[in-house]
Amino acid sequence: MSPARATARTAARPVARAAAKAPAARAAKPAAAAEKPKKLVIIAYSGELEKTWATMILASTAGAMAMETSVFVTFWGLQTFVKDKKRITGENWMQKMMSFMQRPGVSHRKLSKMNFMGMGPWMMFKLAKRYNVSKPKELLEMGQALGVKFYPCQMTLDMFGLKQDDLIEGMEEPVGAAFALQLMSEAETSLFI
Amino acid sequence: MGKSDIKTTVDARGLSCPLPIVKTAQAAKGLASGDLMEVIATDPGSVKDFEAWSRATGNELVEQVAGDGEFRFFLRIK
Repeated sequence: MSPARATARTAARPVARAAAKAPAARAAKPAAAAEKPKKLVIIAYSGELEKTWATMILASTAGAMAMETSVFVTFWGLQTFVKDKKRITGENWMQKMMSFMQRPGVSHRKLSKMNFMGMGPWMMFKLAKRYNVSKPKELLEMGQALGVKFYPCQMTLDMFGLKQDDLIEGMEEPVGAAFALQLMSEAETSLFI
Repeated sequence: MGKSDIKTTVDARGLSCPLPIVKTAQAAKGLASGDLMEVIATDPGSVKDFEAWSRATGNELVEQVAGDGEFRFFLRIK
């Protein structure tokens, strides 16, 4: 609302002035803006290290900003939420083979570029340590402590032969696409990572 | 604002995004409404981040001081 517009139409003046005042009042009283928490939904679809990192940074920060944050974890993203110590998961040989080819767990993510048999991630973690950047695992734990909710996708659990026990502690109950869409329709911001 | 009013100081020096904000939110959880907290950071990005955090959470950014490569934020808990 520009002041010029507020004065241009005399008839609408009181209304316009009141409307023009509102943002200023909100800036002075941040408490009013924070009454209804903003909602963020992240669809964590990818399993690569760099995308996992982005998800964890945004989720933990959103938790810190008192945003109501939900992460729907699906497809390759679900591999990130398998316990680090699990090596082979699944019930049949194909599911077992899949987990063998790509080790599950938040600490075993690969880069989509420059992975070089693990050299890339090793260097990334070295650099992260030097520059005091938290690893995805640490950010995930901080996010959980700040109330971020992580929902596993039931269909992906079934397809990869994963049991709830294979996943890290503190996950929500498994849900489906309709639940994820409902979350997104109620959120100000939704991201597909 | 007296410096003696400060209930907690978060030392976020050397930490990169998003740790100064995340550590601050964690520390703020243990404080009561009206408490004053201080955050010391070295991440230049934290200047805009703390303004945003204050707007989003309603915890008032009472004062910010920059100098010697350090940024000090004084926040009043909502």
